[in-house]
Amino acid sequence: MTNSIHDMGGMHGFGPVEAEPDEPPFHEKWEGRVLAMQRAMGFIGLWTIDAGRASLEALPPLDYLRSSYYRRWFLGLERRLVSHRLIGEEEIAAGRSLRPGIRLNRKLTASDAEHPPLTNFERPAPGPARFKKGDQVRAKNINPATHTRLPRYARGKTGTVEAVRGCHVFPDTAALGAGDDPQWLYTVVFSGRELWGDEADPAVKVSIEAFEPYLLPA
Amino acid sequence: MADDHAHPDDPEHGSELSEMDVRVRALETILTEKGYIDPAALDKVVEMYETRIGPHIGGRLVARAWTDPEFKRRLLADATEAANSLGSSDPISSHLIAVENTPQVHNLVVCTLCSCYPWSVLGLPPVWYKSAPYRSRAIIDPKGVLADFGVALPPETEIRIWDSTAETRFLVLPMRPAGTESWSEEQLTALVTRDSMVGTGLPKSPAEVAR
Repeated sequence: MTNSIHDMGGMHGFGPVEAEPDEPPFHEKWEGRVLAMQRAMGFIGLWTIDAGRASLEALPPLDYLRSSYYRRWFLGLERRLVSHRLIGEEEIAAGRSLRPGIRLNRKLTASDAEHPPLTNFERPAPGPARFKKGDQVRAKNINPATHTRLPRYARGKTGTVEAVRGCHVFPDTAALGAGDDPQWLYTVVFSGRELWGDEADPAVKVSIEAFEPYLLPA
Repeated sequence: MADDHAHPDDPEHGSELSEMDVRVRALETILTEKGYIDPAALDKVVEMYETRIGPHIGGRLVARAWTDPEFKRRLLADATEAANSLGSSDPISSHLIAVENTPQVHNLVVCTLCSCYPWSVLGLPPVWYKSAPYRSRAIIDPKGVLADFGVALPPETEIRIWDSTAETRFLVLPMRPAGTESWSEEQLTALVTRDSMVGTGLPKSPAEVAR
C-alpha cells in the first residue's frame, strides 16, 4: 500500500508534539512482549523487514491512526502469522493452539537475543551508480499499489545528490518476497521551497534516502 | 477478539490496554505451544531494552567526539565503525551516519513513513517520535516542532531534516556547550540528552546540571 495513511509527511491537523518527561521503555508489559515476539518471529527469516512494514501499511487507515505503535505491530504480526499459515484465525479466536506447529529452521534463544546478529542491507553492486554527488535529480512520480519508500511529498520534486550510500536491498522488491534486487542508494536533498512552495521558510532543507529506481536526471 | 473494542480517544497509550493484554498473552501462548518461540528469549529481548540499550550509548559517542578530534573525524566518516571501535558489547547497527550541528546548520531526524530510529545507540524511540504530529510536521514546520520542545534557533540557522526512508540511521552530533572547555569526557556525557541526538533538543548547559 503506497498512498496510505502511513505516508504522513507534510500533513496538517495532528496537533502539537507532546513529549512525556522521563518516559519509561514500555508503558505496559504487553508492549515489551509484542516487541519481543516480533523479534523472535522475524529471526526465523520467513519475511523481510519490508514485508513487515508493508503489513502495517495495509491496516485500514482508521485502525492505523487509532492504534498505538505496539498495537500496530501486534495487528501486523497477527496478519503475517495467518497469511504464512503459521497460525489460524480460529486459534486466535480460541486463544490457544489447536494443532501442532509447522517445522521451522530457527528459533530465537535467550543467547541469540543477547547477541543479536547484525543486519546488513548493503549488497554487491550489479553495476555502476548512475548518479554522483552534486547531480541534480528529479524524484519520479510513481504510485504503486505495493510497498515503496519514496514518500508522496518528494515525488516529482527536484533535488541534489548529496551522498552515495552504497548498494542496498531494494524495499519495493523485497516487500513482495521477490529477492534483494540491490539498488544504489543516495541522500537527495530538497529545498523547503521546492517541496512546499514559495512561501516556505528558505532556511529549511529536507533530505530523503532515495533508491536509484526512484530518480531521473534533472 | 475483534478490533472494535479499541478506544479511539487515546491512541498512543492508555485505554486499550486490558484488551491488548489479553490478546498479546493469547498470541504468546499459541506461539509457545506451537514451538515457534521460547518465552525465556522474549524475556531477554525485553530486558535488553529495559536495562542495556539506551541513549547513554550515543551520549558516549558524542562526548568522545567533543574531546577527541580524531574520533570525531572517524565518527563523521563512518559512525558504525567509530562506534564499534569503542568496544561496546552491544553491536552498533550497520549504516549509522552521524550528522554534525554547527552554528550554521541544525540537524533534525524523522521517519515520516514509519518510525525508523537509531535503536542501537539511542534505545527505544519515545512515543512522540512515532506519533502522527511529529512524523507529519517535522518536514513542513520544523521550527514549530522545535518550539513544541522549547527550542528556538537564530532565524538564519539552516534547519536540515533527515527523513529516514531507507536502512541508513542518523545520529545528530550536537554542538558542545559553551563553558565546558575544561570538562572531561565523562563529565560531558551528563550534558548529552537523547533529544539533542535526535535534533529536537540541545545539550544541557553546565548551569542546568549544577542545579
